[in-house]
Amino acid sequence: MKTENQRAWFLVLPVLLLVAFNALIPMMTVVNYSVQETFGDNLFFWEGLGWYEQILRSERFHAALGRQFLFTGLILVIEVPLGIIIALSMPRQGIWVPVCLVLMALPMLIPWNVVGAMWNIFTLPDIGLLGYFLNHTLGINYDMTQDPLAAWITIVTMDVWHWTSLVVLLAYAGLVSIPDAYYQAAKIDGASNWAVFRFIQLPKMKNVLTIAILLRFMDSFNIYTEPFVLTGGGPGNSTTLLSIDLVKMALGQFDLGPAAAMSLIYFAITLGVSWLFYTLMTRDDLN
Amino acid sequence: MQKRSIIPVVYILFLMLPIYWLVAMSFKTTNEILSGFSLFPQTFTWENYTTIFTDPTWYWGYINSIIYVTINTLLSVTVALPAAYAFSRYRFLGDKHLFFWLLTNRMAPAAVFALPFFQLYSAVELFDTHLAVALAHCLFNIPLAVWILEGFMSGVPKELDETAFVDGYSFPRFFTTIFIPSIKAGVGVAAFFCFMFSWVELLLAKTLTAVAAKPIAATMTKTASSAGYELGLLAAAGTLTIIPGAIVIYFVRNYIAKGFAMGRV
Repeated sequence: MKTENQRAWFLVLPVLLLVAFNALIPMMTVVNYSVQETFGDNLFFWEGLGWYEQILRSERFHAALGRQFLFTGLILVIEVPLGIIIALSMPRQGIWVPVCLVLMALPMLIPWNVVGAMWNIFTLPDIGLLGYFLNHTLGINYDMTQDPLAAWITIVTMDVWHWTSLVVLLAYAGLVSIPDAYYQAAKIDGASNWAVFRFIQLPKMKNVLTIAILLRFMDSFNIYTEPFVLTGGGPGNSTTLLSIDLVKMALGQFDLGPAAAMSLIYFAITLGVSWLFYTLMTRDDLN
Repeated sequence: MQKRSIIPVVYILFLMLPIYWLVAMSFKTTNEILSGFSLFPQTFTWENYTTIFTDPTWYWGYINSIIYVTINTLLSVTVALPAAYAFSRYRFLGDKHLFFWLLTNRMAPAAVFALPFFQLYSAVELFDTHLAVALAHCLFNIPLAVWILEGFMSGVPKELDETAFVDGYSFPRFFTTIFIPSIKAGVGVAAFFCFMFSWVELLLAKTLTAVAAKPIAATMTKTASSAGYELGLLAAAGTLTIIPGAIVIYFVRNYIAKGFAMGRV
């Protein structure tokens, strides 16, 4: 049982100061931009909620948001079940466990722009391993700089390659925490593999899967560097995800007001959906 | 060999293919890469690596990255330890809200905050220092470290604290000589994740540095545009960015899975 102690605040204070310094000051700067218009020279004019209205009505924002939800949806639908399947089929003990874990975690430790660059050279039609194999061995016409579908398949495959291991690690952590007695009891009852999964393994993995889904949602919703390096948002605008569009607006066109308003709307959407996931997935615990 | 072990094997093969391609390219000359497809390096060369290890703009990129990642990891874990202790042992005004607020800092799109970060760190005259990047990365690493450590600490029985205080230990002495050693694994896992996220992040690191503290990942993008496409060199530089992570993960391999299993939601 935890004891009530207000002096615990002193223990939290360093964390609070450091995070607040990095979170609140830039956030207030963004809020500040989002309600003003600037013509350079540090001259700012009050704009009110104009930018917000403009962003919420703009076709460009709707299109980018649609692509973003499609991307994140695909990522969650592919990576979560795949991660669970791989975790279920991994050995529980023995020398292969650390080998598997180290090899699987490797993609997550590669800097994000290197991941993009790596996939770029991997998929080049004439000199990349995958590109050459598809074009010259299988005879499929594959060129992600021309074909939007190929570009989409490539960025989704890249993310599956990059992050499925996170789901695997978490699901595996949940699985190894199940005592053997549970499996023995299931065996005595003659439970099928599916029943073992549905009534023992899945409930035991619920906590870690909540973390996995939340982390994958947040990170894939905010993804920027890898698809930017890989496709640059193209061909055309077909893979311009929300954050790529945002950087185009903020740094490319230097439209600080609209970009700031868009980033706050973006943040609100991320926060809202995360909260929704969190509430839905932990609802049963409260009852 | 069980039948189901085919799944992890196929998965690991899939993971290794692009990495193999990167490593294979790093041993080819740029000419060979551009002249056509070859599964193995035909004219095996160390030249790309020699260039990186003899050119200061290259190897300082690695040193810079390692410096700020190390500062960030030490800083994040040090301040997260007492905070995690507070969350795991005490109830205090606003504790739950504070915990959730800390986690929300992972959700802000970093792309947007690049410009305000640049202005903030220029204003406090830390622009282009290792400390600036290390401090900025605290934004997402401290919450993660607190979260992981809190999980490990909650697994330590409270009797340990109580016995120590009865024996006359002061809080700082108890915390550093008894409590922290009892959650060594947790500290290792938290440090690993801080290292990892600081090492792979580029956007903020690039925004906050110009010359003196430029990270390796940014050196790579600059070279790519200035010297045409030196693919072999880029591949070698990319290969070298994988190594520090591989070393760190080897040391914590047995704790990784446990670290998250104990974390709270």
